[in-house]
Amino acid sequence: MSIVVKEVSKTFGRFVALDKVSLEVPEGTLVALLGPSGSGKTTLLRIIAGLELPDSGTVLHQDVDITHQSARDRKVGFVFQHYALFRHMTVAENIGYGLRVRKAPKAKIRARVGELLRLIRLEGLEDRYPGQLSGGQRQRVALARALAAEPSVLLLDEPFGALDAKVRQELRQWLRKLHQEINVTSVFVTHDQEEAFEVADHVVVMNHGKIEQIGTPAEVFEHPANAFVMDFLGNVNVFPGRLESGKAVVSGLEVDYPSYTHAEAQDTVAYVRPHELVLQNQRESDASIQARVLHVNPTGSRIKVELRVLDSDQVINAELTTERFTELALRTGDVVYVSPSRVRIFTADYSI
Amino acid sequence: MTAKTPRAAGARRSQQDPAWVRWTLTAAALLTVGVLVGVPVVNVFYEALKEGLGTYVQNLFFDPDTRQAIVLTLTVVPIALAANIIFGVVAAWAIARFRFPGRSLLTALIDLPFSVSPVVAGLMFVLIFGLQGYLGPFLRRDGYAVMPYLISLLGVLVLSGVYVFLRPKQPKATLVRWRHPFLVVSVGSVAVFAVLFALQQHFAVWPKNASLKIIFNTPGLVLATAFVTFPFVARELIPVMEAIGADEDLAAVSLGATGWQMFWDVTVPNIKWGLVYGIILCNARAMGEFGAVYVVSGHIAGQTDTMPLRIEKLFQEYNLPGSFAVASLLTLLAILTLIAKTKLETKVPSLANLSRKRPAVGEAAKS
Amino acid sequence: MASVNRRVLPGFSLTLGYTVFYLSILVLLPIVACFLKAGSLSFHEFWHAVWTERARAAYLLTFGAAFAAAVANVILGLLLAWVLVRYSFPGRKVVDSLVDLPLALPTAVGGLVYASLYVEKGWLGRFLVPLGIKAAYSRLGIVLVLIFVGLPFVVRTVQPVLEDLDPEFEDAGASLGGTRWQTFRNIIFPTVRPALVTGFALALARGIGEYGSVVFISGNMPYKTEIAPILIVARLEEFAYGEATAIAVVLLVVSFSMLLLINVLERWTVRHDR
Repeated sequence: MSIVVKEVSKTFGRFVALDKVSLEVPEGTLVALLGPSGSGKTTLLRIIAGLELPDSGTVLHQDVDITHQSARDRKVGFVFQHYALFRHMTVAENIGYGLRVRKAPKAKIRARVGELLRLIRLEGLEDRYPGQLSGGQRQRVALARALAAEPSVLLLDEPFGALDAKVRQELRQWLRKLHQEINVTSVFVTHDQEEAFEVADHVVVMNHGKIEQIGTPAEVFEHPANAFVMDFLGNVNVFPGRLESGKAVVSGLEVDYPSYTHAEAQDTVAYVRPHELVLQNQRESDASIQARVLHVNPTGSRIKVELRVLDSDQVINAELTTERFTELALRTGDVVYVSPSRVRIFTADYSI
Repeated sequence: MTAKTPRAAGARRSQQDPAWVRWTLTAAALLTVGVLVGVPVVNVFYEALKEGLGTYVQNLFFDPDTRQAIVLTLTVVPIALAANIIFGVVAAWAIARFRFPGRSLLTALIDLPFSVSPVVAGLMFVLIFGLQGYLGPFLRRDGYAVMPYLISLLGVLVLSGVYVFLRPKQPKATLVRWRHPFLVVSVGSVAVFAVLFALQQHFAVWPKNASLKIIFNTPGLVLATAFVTFPFVARELIPVMEAIGADEDLAAVSLGATGWQMFWDVTVPNIKWGLVYGIILCNARAMGEFGAVYVVSGHIAGQTDTMPLRIEKLFQEYNLPGSFAVASLLTLLAILTLIAKTKLETKVPSLANLSRKRPAVGEAAKS
Repeated sequence: MASVNRRVLPGFSLTLGYTVFYLSILVLLPIVACFLKAGSLSFHEFWHAVWTERARAAYLLTFGAAFAAAVANVILGLLLAWVLVRYSFPGRKVVDSLVDLPLALPTAVGGLVYASLYVEKGWLGRFLVPLGIKAAYSRLGIVLVLIFVGLPFVVRTVQPVLEDLDPEFEDAGASLGGTRWQTFRNIIFPTVRPALVTGFALALARGIGEYGSVVFISGNMPYKTEIAPILIVARLEEFAYGEATAIAVVLLVVSFSMLLLINVLERWTVRHDR
C-alpha cells in the first residue's frame, strides 16, 4: 500500500517538529527517513502510524485519507525503538497479540505464529519471556509481532539503535532480505547514514522538520541537493572560497563556474569528498595546494590520510586506494600536492 | 522501605567509626526501637491473653457488640477499598498517561486528605449530612427521594460506558446505532434515565418520607473511611505507571486492541504489584481509621462502632482485656501488613523507591 | 514516551471525567462545606470560637507537643537511620521493618498500649513513676505517643541519603586530617541536613493532626491535656457546629501551610542534592 503525506505540520509547544512536509512512498518500497536528532523523522513516522496526530495536512494510505483514523484502525505494523514487547507475555503470545485482539481463531493464530517464528529463526523460543532474550532476539520478535496481522505498511523507529555493531550489521542485512521476501511497503527511521544506504531503496534526508532531498542512496550521495545533505552524508572537506564572474577561486585554485554570472564577487564554501582529492608527490599542475601529512589511518580497503594545508593550516581528509598509497610511499611529515578532482558549490537561487 | 544491605558495612569501608561508638549507637538504636515499638507490640498480646485463652476468645467472639464491630469493619472497609481502587486506577491512568492543564493541581488534590486531620474530615461530612447539616433536614424528611435519581444516573452511566467501550468501530460499523455515538448516548441517556426512574416510582422501591441516615450509620462510615484512604492506591500507581511508560500500551493499540483489551491484557499485568502494594497500605489504613470514623459514627455500640472505636469504648468501660483483645487482632493485621510489604519490596525493589520519591507527605495527620 | 497525544491512547475523557467527579464529591464538596460553615459565622463569632482560653491552651499543646516530638524524632531518626545503614548486626532486618510499624498500626491500638504501659502498674510505668516521670494522662504521654507515630518519617527520609553517601567524601575528610567527629560534622551532617529538615516537617505535620492515640493517653483534660482535635469533638458533641468548624478551619489552614512548606522543602532538598 502506498503512502502519501501532504503538507503535514506538527508542533510540540514551541518546537516545530514538522513544517509542511510532503512525501510519497510507492508501494512495496523500503524507504529510510534519515537525519540528525530533532529533524522530525520520528514524528513523521509516528504520524504515518497514527501514534501522533498532525496539526495540519493529510496522510493517505493507498489514496484513502486516514489522517483522523486512530492507530488501531490503520493496518499498520509499528516496531518501537525499544521494542515495547509485552513483558508479561511469552514470545508466542507477543507475536500473536495482533491476531488475538482481532478475534482470530486459535488455530490460525498458532499457525501464523509458527510461520513467523520460522521466518525470524527463533523456533523453540516461543515460551520464553522478553526478559530472557538478547537485544537482537527481542528486535526480531518485535518485528514478527508487527508483521503478524499482515499489515499493509511496516514502520520501524530506529530499529537497530540499541544493539551492538555486529548484531546491527546482521540485522540490517536480514531486514533487507526480509523485505525482498515479503515486499510490504516499509519506512524506517535512522540517524545512521550507513544503515540507510545499506538497507533502503530510497533515502529521505530530513533536517529541522523539512525534507532536504529524496532519492536513491547513489543519487543523494553523488548529487546532493544542498550543503546540508552533502555535509551530513559521509565525510566532506570544506574550503572557503570566492565566487567571481564565471569562476570560483578556492584555496588559491581557480575552477570554472559558469553558473555564477553576477558581476560582484561573493564569498562561498566549496565541498570536496575525501576520495575526490588527488595527492601527488610533485607539483604536476598549477591547480594544487601544498599540504603536510599529519596522520595515516589504514582502515579497511582504503587508506585515510589526514593532512594540514600549509598556507591556511586547515586540516583536510583524503582517501586513497591502497595501490595509490603504496605508489606515493607517504609517511607522516611528507609534503604533498593536493588537487580536487571534483568540487561542489551550492548557491542560493537568486531567481524568485 | 527496608534499608539496602549496608554498602561495605565494615569490610570495605576505610573510614569506620571506632568500636565503642558503634556499640553505643547500636545499643541506643535498639533501645529506642525496643521501647518505642517492640515493647508495645509484645504488651498488646500479653494484655490480651493475660486472663487466659478462654477469656480472650470470649471477648472476641462471644461479646455481641465486639462481634458486630468486627463485622462492621469488615463491611465498611471493603466497600471503601473497592471505591478507592477504582478511583486509584482511573486517576493514575489519567495523570500518568496524559498531559493537560491542571494536571499538577489534580495531583496535589489527591494528596489532600493526607494533610487534613481526620477529625476535621469527619466533621466535614457531619456538616453536610448531619441532622444540623446542610442536607440534614432533607435527608431526615424524605431522604430516600434522592435514591431514584442516583440509581437512574448510575444506570445511565453504566450503560453508556458499556456502549462506548464495546461498540464495533469504523470498518465493521454498519448499523446506524454504532455510527453516531454522541447522538446515541444523548438520546439513550435521557430514555434510560426516564425508564429507570419511572420503574422505581412505579414499583415503590424506595420508602417515602423516611429518614435516610448517613451520619451515625454505615454509609457515613464508608464515606469517612473512603475520604481518608483514597490517596493510597493512586499515589502508588502514578509513579509505577510513569516508570513503566506508555510504550507497551501504545504497542497494544497499534496492534489493534480496543481500550478495554489494552487495559486488561497489557496495563493491568504491568501494574499488578504496584496495585497490590497500594491495596495493602490502603487496607491497613482503612481498618485502623479512628478519628474520622469517631466523629461520624455516633458511637452506638453494636451498630456504628468499628473495631478501633470498639477498642476505645471498651477502654472507657475499663474492660481492658476486651479492649486488648480487639487491639491484638488489629496488631496482627499490622504485622501481616508489614510482612507483605517487605516481601513485595524485596520482590519488586522499585516499589519502595517510587513511593519514597513523593514521601509520606501522605501519612501526616493519620487517625 | 509519556507525553502522548491524548487522542492516541484511549480513555482520556472518561478517566479524567471520573477523577474530577470523584474528587469533587469526596474532597472538594466537604472542604467547601467546611469553609462555608465557618464563613457563616460573623467575624466576632469566629474569633470568639477560635480564641477562647481553652482553645488557646489546646493550640499551644497541639503545636508544642508536635514540635517537641518532631525534634525528638529528628535525633532518634538520625540515630536509627545511621545504625541501620552503616552497621550490621543480627536482627537488622527485623528492626528495619519494625520502624514502619507505626505506619501500619491503628493509632487507637498505639494509644491504648501506651496508656497501659506508662500507668503506675504498667510495664514501663513501674520504673518511671517512682522516678517522678508520669507519662500517662499527662503532656509527656502525648509527646511520647507523637514520637511513636512520627518515628518512621525522619528515618525513611534520611535513610536514602545515607545510603547514597559516597564513601569517597569521608575518605577525603580523613585524608585531610580530621577526626571522625569532624568528618561527621563537616561532611556528613550537611549532606543529611536537608533530609532531616524534610523529615522534621513531615513528623511535625503528622503530629499536629494526630487524634486516635492521644485520646487514650492524655486523659483529655481541658486546659491541661486537651489537644485541638479533641476540642473540636467536644464542641461537636455540644452541637456547636459553628464553633467546631471554626477551630477546624484554623487547623486546616495550618495543615495546608505545612503541606506547602513541605513541598517547598522537598524542592530545596532536590536542588541542593545536585
